[in-house]
Amino acid sequence: MALVGLAAVFGALLGFAAIRFKTEGNPIVDQINEILPQTQCGQCGYPGCKPYAEAIAGGDRINKCPPGGEAGIQALADLLDLEVIPLDDEHGEEDPRPAVAFIREDECIGCTKCIQACPVDAILGAAKQMHTVIASECTGCDLCVEPCPVDCIDMIREEESLQNWHWALPNPVSRQVEIIATDAAQATSGQDRAA
Amino acid sequence: MRKIFDFHGGIHPPENKHQSVQRPIAFAGVPPELTIPLSQHIGAPAVPVVEVGQRVFKGQVIAQPKGLVSVPVHASSSGTVTAIEDRLVPHISGHSAPCIVIATDGKDEWLPDIGDSATPDFEHIDKPELLERIRAAGIAGMGGAGFPSAVKLAVKPGVQIETLILNGTECEPYITADDVLMRERAAQIIGGARILRHIINPQETLLGIEDNKPEALAAMRAAVADTDLQVVEFPTKYPSGGEKQLIEILTGKQVPSGGLPSDVGIVCQNMGSAAAIYDAIVLGRPLISRITTVTGDAVREPRNFEVLIGTPMRYLLQQAGYEAGKNNRLIMGGPMMGFTVPDHAVPVVKTTNCLLAPTEAELPTPPPAQACIRCGLCAQACPASLLPQQMFWFAQGKEFDKLEEHNLFDCIECGACSYVCPSNIPLVQYYRASKAEILKLRRDHEKSEHSRLRFEARQERLERAEREKEEKRAARKQAAEAKAREASSAGSGEQDPIAAAIERAKAKKAAQSAGEDSSSELEKLEKAVVSTRKRLDTALAKLREAKDQGADHIDALQAGVDKTQAKLRAAEEALNAYQLANASTNGQNDAGAEQPTSDDSAPSAAQAAIERALAAREAEAALPPQERARANLEKLQQRLASSRAKLAQSRDAGEAEKVIEALESSVERLTEKIAAAKQQLQDLESA
Repeated sequence: MALVGLAAVFGALLGFAAIRFKTEGNPIVDQINEILPQTQCGQCGYPGCKPYAEAIAGGDRINKCPPGGEAGIQALADLLDLEVIPLDDEHGEEDPRPAVAFIREDECIGCTKCIQACPVDAILGAAKQMHTVIASECTGCDLCVEPCPVDCIDMIREEESLQNWHWALPNPVSRQVEIIATDAAQATSGQDRAA
Repeated sequence: MRKIFDFHGGIHPPENKHQSVQRPIAFAGVPPELTIPLSQHIGAPAVPVVEVGQRVFKGQVIAQPKGLVSVPVHASSSGTVTAIEDRLVPHISGHSAPCIVIATDGKDEWLPDIGDSATPDFEHIDKPELLERIRAAGIAGMGGAGFPSAVKLAVKPGVQIETLILNGTECEPYITADDVLMRERAAQIIGGARILRHIINPQETLLGIEDNKPEALAAMRAAVADTDLQVVEFPTKYPSGGEKQLIEILTGKQVPSGGLPSDVGIVCQNMGSAAAIYDAIVLGRPLISRITTVTGDAVREPRNFEVLIGTPMRYLLQQAGYEAGKNNRLIMGGPMMGFTVPDHAVPVVKTTNCLLAPTEAELPTPPPAQACIRCGLCAQACPASLLPQQMFWFAQGKEFDKLEEHNLFDCIECGACSYVCPSNIPLVQYYRASKAEILKLRRDHEKSEHSRLRFEARQERLERAEREKEEKRAARKQAAEAKAREASSAGSGEQDPIAAAIERAKAKKAAQSAGEDSSSELEKLEKAVVSTRKRLDTALAKLREAKDQGADHIDALQAGVDKTQAKLRAAEEALNAYQLANASTNGQNDAGAEQPTSDDSAPSAAQAAIERALAAREAEAALPPQERARANLEKLQQRLASSRAKLAQSRDAGEAEKVIEALESSVERLTEKIAAAKQQLQDLESA
């Protein structure tokens, strides 16, 4: 009797909690979407990062995002408890230098095609008026380059400069050579023999 | 006697300070060329306000600050600007940065009005004005980081500063710039300290000096004799000169992780900055020179120089008797935190406190790093109480979360851990790289978050537009259906050529049988023509307006105009056909008086146009019905061909979807019309 009573009480409690604390949407999709780089470039084959996040949650492979790169795959693997797999070449290669689209303004004919292609509304302009890219909003997704009928859009890769320079980790290889002179001698003589 | 506290860790490297304090400060002289970088401070680079070829005076502003955290740049000597370009600057990366290059004329001529703003009685000037003058004098922290002094002194309102600390520690080996400054220019420093005290209004002002500088201590004690400034002496240890470490030594307070000294009621300033503030306020002179130690075994006469900002390091080294053959590398700063300069031509900047030219024996190239043996010496030496050994593992594995959990950002990069490491692991470089990497990841994440929001906003906007379009379409469809229902209930009001043809046939039959009055039918058709024409006029006006404004829905409007024109033509044809049919019936029945219906209605412009159209079709009307139908069919076929061509063209050009849709529907309509016309022709021929 007491057991039945307890079961009823906890059942009611759980039922109430399920309704009261109902989670909207799929939280794992949001977590995956958080890791994806939000370039909305579609290189993964999905129309944006959210759809790819949904696809990953549905079991798609995690190595289809070149802008996210190895670090992105690592983070996704950690989140989903999956194996780290190398980036799928089919979807493009990772380029660590961020890119920004640049419209050569004298050549622009004002067709608005790039504006329609831009997934983050980073291109400014109107029909028959010159267009320009708001550099700070551009994700470097490449999607505006193809529609341009006069090929006046360049993707400019950021070059290393005094502003964005930062210390690199010491080269781990340099720590392993010539630990003591005799080791170095052995290493070279070993190489000689191998050759 | 004031209680002195201690901080965790610290090391005692060989001081090597005696070499450079044997000689007094000397003026290094005016070099033939000055290279003055636009960014010698933390924050936004200054913007040049001089042109190439312009003559500048000593002390003249040559670049203005941009933004809040920025300071102006002044010419250090008189001469001519020869270039404003990227030059190598003293930075570890070896990158170039924008510089103003001045060919000096040797006259070292001050700007004529340089001393005008000199105000020895600074007590009468209010705080914001003093801060502005400090900023205008180009003073940025001269200890090493180069943070604009005015920004540091602008304490948030409501924060009460208890202690002002002047940092005369100079704990790094070899450097003696502050030491000799205190020995020789104590009055200047005290003057600066009084200005600082006036600005900040602290309860006490402390001058912290390590006990390895007895001469400087004596000079400063003499200078503060009859003021309430206190000179505090404390034991030598590296890195006592770190801001947080010095605060702990003098007050026992610890600055919270990620916080600023002002959070615990303290402001710190460097001795050199205090002297520069004195020059700026009391003498009205901007920061154009600084004291720099030139030392190391590769210079014959190590000493301190007063150097003009922008002097090439090569020139300065020559003054001290530099022996290039003995030197293994040139270091800006000390052996602990300094860095190797990329080239001897780089200039001395506001943060250059020392040029160290050691021999290989003095400062050997670090041997290759070996494996960490987990001895724990680094943790004992760390002045920030961190766990360098743990952080080293995490940095190697790029485990940034764990690095942050281990308070990586509290690391002051003093190099004590690397100094004590028996395996010679360059620990600090790991921390610097990891810090930069974490900051970059944070920035990237911020940017991706921003992009996500923009992307979602765009998706929502597109969906909304689509929905609105769909609703409008539905509303239009409903209206059309309602109209159709109405029309079917109120008899036929169709302007469709097929319906018109049926109508015509009906009317013909009816007229033949009864010769009834059909003027109401005619009126209806005329009305249709007039209203369609009106619609065409408004559509044309809209199109013109859109074209003038360069709106992007011109194509859609154009399609609309085309459609209305087609309708008008259809309506006119219908009217024409009706009148012809009537005329023929009238002729047959001799009823007369039916033809001049148009005379009854008002002679409007539209009416006149219809009349014209009627007249134009008079000839056509004379043709037999088969001929007319055939001509009509031909015309329709021509239009279909042109429409198809247009559609193909726009498809090739990749026009907007709605344009293609409109064209497609017009082609469809024309195909239908042609079918109807063919049917009519067949009927007529068979009849």
